[in-house]
Amino acid sequence: MESLTLSDVEQKYYSELFLSCDVDNAKKVASNGKVLDLFRAAQLSNEVVHQITELCGATRLGHFGRSQFYIALKLIALAQSGLPLRVESLNTVRDLPLPRFVMGKNEQEMRHMFADPENQGPYLPRPPGRVQAKKVSAHETIQPCVPTVDPQPDTTSPVVSPHQSPPTSPHAWRKHKRQASGGNVDRQPSVPGVVWPPFREAQPGPVTGDGMWSAHSPPPVQESWVSFTDTPPSSTLPMHLPSAQPESTTVRTVPSAMTTNEIQRQISGYDDPWKITDEQRQYYINQFKTIQTDLTGLIPGSAAKEFFTKSKLPILELSHIWELSDFDKDGALTLDEFCAAFHLVVARKNGYDLPEKLPESLMPKLIDLDDSAGVPEPAPEVGFSASPVEVTPNKSPSMPSLNQNWPELNQSNEQWETFSERSSSSQTLTQFDSNIAPADPDTAIVHPVPIRMTPSKIHMQEMELKRTGSDHTHPTSPLMAKPPELSDETKLAATITFPGTTVGDGYSSSDSFTSDQEPISSAVNRQRSHSGTSPEGLKVVAPPPPPPRPNASHSRSSSLDMNRNFAAVPAGPQQPGVVAFPPAVPPRPLPTQTSVPHGHRSVEGDGLSAHTSTSPHQMPEQPNFADFSQFQAFAVDQPADDGEKPSDSGQAERCAESTGTMRTAKNDVQAEERNATTVNSAKVSTPLAPPPKPVRRRLKSDDELRPDVEDLPQKSNIIATVLATQPSIPRSIGKDKKAIQASIRRNKETNTVLARLNSELQQQLKDLLEERISLEVQLEQLRPFSHL
Amino acid sequence: MNCPLYIRSVPTQGELKFHYTVHTSLDVVEEKISGVGKALADQRELYLGLLYPTEDYKVYGYVTNSKVKFVIVVDSSNTSLRDNEIRSMFRKLHNSFTDVMCNPFYNPGDPIQSKAFDSIVSTMMVQAC
Repeated sequence: MESLTLSDVEQKYYSELFLSCDVDNAKKVASNGKVLDLFRAAQLSNEVVHQITELCGATRLGHFGRSQFYIALKLIALAQSGLPLRVESLNTVRDLPLPRFVMGKNEQEMRHMFADPENQGPYLPRPPGRVQAKKVSAHETIQPCVPTVDPQPDTTSPVVSPHQSPPTSPHAWRKHKRQASGGNVDRQPSVPGVVWPPFREAQPGPVTGDGMWSAHSPPPVQESWVSFTDTPPSSTLPMHLPSAQPESTTVRTVPSAMTTNEIQRQISGYDDPWKITDEQRQYYINQFKTIQTDLTGLIPGSAAKEFFTKSKLPILELSHIWELSDFDKDGALTLDEFCAAFHLVVARKNGYDLPEKLPESLMPKLIDLDDSAGVPEPAPEVGFSASPVEVTPNKSPSMPSLNQNWPELNQSNEQWETFSERSSSSQTLTQFDSNIAPADPDTAIVHPVPIRMTPSKIHMQEMELKRTGSDHTHPTSPLMAKPPELSDETKLAATITFPGTTVGDGYSSSDSFTSDQEPISSAVNRQRSHSGTSPEGLKVVAPPPPPPRPNASHSRSSSLDMNRNFAAVPAGPQQPGVVAFPPAVPPRPLPTQTSVPHGHRSVEGDGLSAHTSTSPHQMPEQPNFADFSQFQAFAVDQPADDGEKPSDSGQAERCAESTGTMRTAKNDVQAEERNATTVNSAKVSTPLAPPPKPVRRRLKSDDELRPDVEDLPQKSNIIATVLATQPSIPRSIGKDKKAIQASIRRNKETNTVLARLNSELQQQLKDLLEERISLEVQLEQLRPFSHL
Repeated sequence: MNCPLYIRSVPTQGELKFHYTVHTSLDVVEEKISGVGKALADQRELYLGLLYPTEDYKVYGYVTNSKVKFVIVVDSSNTSLRDNEIRSMFRKLHNSFTDVMCNPFYNPGDPIQSKAFDSIVSTMMVQAC
């Protein structure tokens, strides 16, 4: 006979089987009849059976010796796994599941529990109810084990304790455990629920529990649950079947009980081997309570580790179980997770391979679906791949019956055995929609977060910000930027505006500005024309384009604010003030305003005097106003002047001066925007149109240069004042010197202000450039090394 | 201290060469992380990027906050691998690694035997190749 190497498990299993077939108790030869029955129970075709018997040599010998029997069993396992029957493969195939036998052993199973015929099937141990039956049957049926069991509760088959153990897989237990109990002969197939017994048995021994998985992959006869023995036999072991077991079967490690139950259950659940039955669940819950009294709480990883380590499974497997069951990956187990983990441990102890992914029925109930339909999960199949799907339909009928019985039996303890294949729906873990779980963190929560914007965009935004911040300046800045585009006239203003341009430079560098520049230039042109034509229109119309006037510089500084102010102010009120400077700046600078129309110069002069703080008719209340008005007047003058070129240089001069003064005054008020240069350039460009025009122009330029809303009212007043003072200028030639000096002073002030502004803008520019560089660097980094 | 917790290569031939490369790249990683003075746990800083390109392959590095280093070596001819793909690979690795760490049965410092981790790595390697 071919040599045959069997693993321990197999050894035990086979010997039990042999014993079961060994009706004659010859211990040597298994009766053919029994053997054949057994083989047929393996659900193989007759042909295969014949082949097997042939291969194993029984045909030769005419009977099944032990070795033949073993070989045959191994071949059966091969066949059931779908592998070709070869003698060589007997020893080479690793991890071959134990052969499964169905039905057939009913009697044997029954032995434990059921006497019912329905009990067939590899699994499904009868529900506890059967226990009693079992007991009886146990006694009555063959089961060798039974007898052994009964008499000695403690002996051997712990599980088998027919009387108590929940029926079912008596086989299973038997099987493994007890070989001694002999007889048990592999009932495995039918032991559906036997698992229970194990518990009960409190058997000294191995809590067998494993057992029965009969049809399932050879329930590794593991002493299974012993591991949990550490746990003080929580007698919570459900096992306690009603059968009154005299012995207090220590529930020995409930786990063991559980395992068997589990196994059975699983066996029974042909469509869902991983379902947890009520009893099992209850058991798990009780165990959970021992660790964590709050059922809605979590068991920390360390506690769970200790607990499951007691199961004596290898750490690697426990680790795998943990991975499967800790669904939310939080390092702690909720009740559901714990039950799943426990279930898996039980299964593993009973020989079921761990699935690659968590079976649906074990998934934590995230959704309250009452979906017990269970997808016949692939997982169990995976896990049990080794074990050919034993679930046989037969079981189903038995299951229900089991279930039925169960309830009656259902006493407190979770009797594990009911491995009803159809676990109660409540039991069924809800169909968890795995999609819900963030299985893949990468895909689940990824939002492409734009970290940074494109440089241009940023730039644009900054520009926008700056622009809005000082939106009046924008018009000016583009204007500034556009000096070259301006015509000659504007050139003057350009020079003046140049300082202003620096402000805009930062902006102009951005794309957004380019667009601004156009309108501005056009506005400038427009304005100029306007200035030429209708003074009124100027100011109101175009805040932005300051005509490139000599005043520009001057006016810019002041004009920035002024423009802002003016622009802000609705055209209406402004207009009168602006246009008809002379007339109406709203409140205060009435006198100046009124004077303005007559002569800007007078206004200017007034303004000047105001600056000098000597003008009596200055708007006394607001020296500032006076300044502004001066500026305004100047601004107006300037454009006009520019437009006209030095028509009246003298006047222009004065106007310029006054403008300059105005501007400086304005600068005072408005701080930054004023460019000293504008002031200076104002001085330079002095072509003065007729006074009113220049004034207007100046104003316009101011407006253009800086539409500054906030100061508008003030500025208008000021402008009015300035304008009012202007007319005085020409008149008071004698004051010229003073005015000049005053204007010089003012211009200087404007200069400083503008210089400051300039430096700030330069700083901003530098920052922007730096940022741009850093962005470029980042871009470079992000770009793949394609050149490599 | 520098023994790998996990190492895997797809073309199994010449595996030693990759092992060697990974080892030498550890130096580069060290140098990069010691250079960073800030203690920001910024994702970008965890990702070290291309450590160095050599003959036919490129080495990318990533370090976690606990100084666990991930090194990926890819073939240079695989130009289709963009930087952000490498980043996502590291992210997945980091996530799987975190899951492994969370397992109470795992002792830090042990080689990683988690099947889930293996499967994720395999998937990634298949995708990359």
